[in-house]
Amino acid sequence: MIYYLPTHEYARVEGNIAYVGISEYAARQLGNVVYVDMPEVGDDVEAGEDFGAIESVKAASDLFAPVSGAVVEVNEHLIDNPRLVNENPMENWIVKIEMSDPAELESLMDEAAYKAHCESENH
Amino acid sequence: MKEMKKTCLHDRHVALGAMMSPFGGFDMPIQYAGIVEEHNAVRRRCGVFDVSHMGEVRITGRDAEKFVNHIFTNDIAGAPQGKIFYGMMLNAHGGVVDDLLVYKYSDTEYFLVINASNIDKDVAWIKSNTDGFDVEVEDESDVYSELAVQGPEAERIMREVLGLEVGHLGFYTFEEFAKYDGDPAVIVSRTGYTGEDGFEIYASDDVIESCWDALIDAGVQPCGLGCRDTLRFEAGLPLYGDELSEDVTPLEASLSMFVKLDKDGFIGRDALMALKSAGVPRKTVGLEVEGQAIPRHGYEVLDEAGNKVGTVTTGYHSITLGRNLAMALVDSSCAALGTRLNVRVRRKIFPATVVKKRFYTPNYKK
Repeated sequence: MIYYLPTHEYARVEGNIAYVGISEYAARQLGNVVYVDMPEVGDDVEAGEDFGAIESVKAASDLFAPVSGAVVEVNEHLIDNPRLVNENPMENWIVKIEMSDPAELESLMDEAAYKAHCESENH
Repeated sequence: MKEMKKTCLHDRHVALGAMMSPFGGFDMPIQYAGIVEEHNAVRRRCGVFDVSHMGEVRITGRDAEKFVNHIFTNDIAGAPQGKIFYGMMLNAHGGVVDDLLVYKYSDTEYFLVINASNIDKDVAWIKSNTDGFDVEVEDESDVYSELAVQGPEAERIMREVLGLEVGHLGFYTFEEFAKYDGDPAVIVSRTGYTGEDGFEIYASDDVIESCWDALIDAGVQPCGLGCRDTLRFEAGLPLYGDELSEDVTPLEASLSMFVKLDKDGFIGRDALMALKSAGVPRKTVGLEVEGQAIPRHGYEVLDEAGNKVGTVTTGYHSITLGRNLAMALVDSSCAALGTRLNVRVRRKIFPATVVKKRFYTPNYKK
C-alpha cells in the first residue's frame, strides 16, 4: 500500500517498513533535483516533522516524515546521483523507516485522495 | 488582495506550458523546458525573456540632467546621447530605494528602467523629490512591454530574425529603431542581466508580441525568471530584495563603483560619506561552500568560532560552474578574499571560503 502526506511525501509500506520518498507530482514540480539532505541511519523521525530536505536548482524544500520510527537505511545512490528522484521517484525512495506506530498510516491519504489533492493544488 | 498583473505575452507562456508564479505583482513564467536547459541556452546560444514586468519612467524638462543626477548614484553629467548608466536611487539614510538603468536621450530627456516590485514606490519617490527642478515625471510602465534577447548568438538573432541591425551598438548604449511602425518608438539597448552579450527591446504590446512569435518560431529558447536568477547570480549581479533593500547601502552591497561620491550632492550621499568615514560595517562577498549543501537566501554565515557574522543573500548550485556558491552580506572583518567561514544549512554546518562574487566572467561585447 502507498500512503501520502499533503506535502507530497509518500510511504510505501511493506510489513513494518515504510519506504519514504516524494511523489511523481512533487518531482515534476521541483524540476532538476541537485541534492538530497538525508538523516543518518539510526536517527528517530517523528510523523509530521521534517527529517531532511530536497534541493532543486530553484530552492530547498523540507521533507516531512509520514510516519514515526527509526531510519534503518538511507538511499545512498542519491548522494552521487540525486537526479534519480526525477527519473523514477517511486523506485528511488529516500529513507527506509521502521515504523513505531503503524496506526499512524490511517491518518494519511490513499492514492485516490492524494490525486484529488494534487488536482486541487493546480486550480 | 490586489489583482495579479499579466504581461501581453501571458497567454503565450501558458500555451508553451510554462510554470507560472507571482513576481513583482505579475504572474510570470518561471521556467518552460527547465532552468538548467534555459540557463545553458543563454550561456551557449541564445534565449529570450519576457521582462515586460519591468517599469519605465520618463523624465523630461529643462532640469532633467540635474534632477536625475540628484536622485541617482552614478554620474550622468556630460554623457553622450544614447549612453546607459547603471546605479541606484537612495533614501536619506543611504539605503537603496531601487537599482535602475538610466537611458540618456538628451540633456532634457532620460528614460529610467526600474524593478517591477518597486514601480509604485519609485514613481512616488521620484515625484516627491522634484521640488525646485523644472521636470516632468511620466510613468510609462503601461506603455512599454519588454523582451531580453541574451546569449552569444543574440546579435545574429536580432539581425536575422527581427531585422534589427544592432552590430554597431556598444555595450550599455541604445538607439530607437524605426523598423517597426507604432507608438511608442522601439528602443533597443545592448544590456542585460545574464553576464552574456545581449539586447533589450522596449516597445508596444503589438511589436513585442510579433517579436516574441518570430523568435519562438525561429527556435530561440524561451527563458523564465528561474534561469534569469541563476544567470545574474553567476555574473555577480544584485537583485533588489536579495542583495539590495532600503536597509542596505550600496557600499555594503559592494557596488561602490556605481556610486560617484565626488559628484555634486545626491540624495543619500551625506549618509554614505558618514558611513565611509566611520568604516563600512558590512560587505557583500562571494562564498564557495564545501560539501553538497546549497546555501540559500537567509541562511546564517558563521565565523570559525561559530559566531554569526552575516547572512546569505542568494545561493545556488551554480549551473555553469558546478560549485555551491553564494553571495552573502557579512561583517567587514570577515570580507577579505580567502577568509574561512561557515554556513549553516538546516541542522549542519558547512565550511566556506570568501571568493570574488563575480563567479562567472561575463562575455560582454565592448
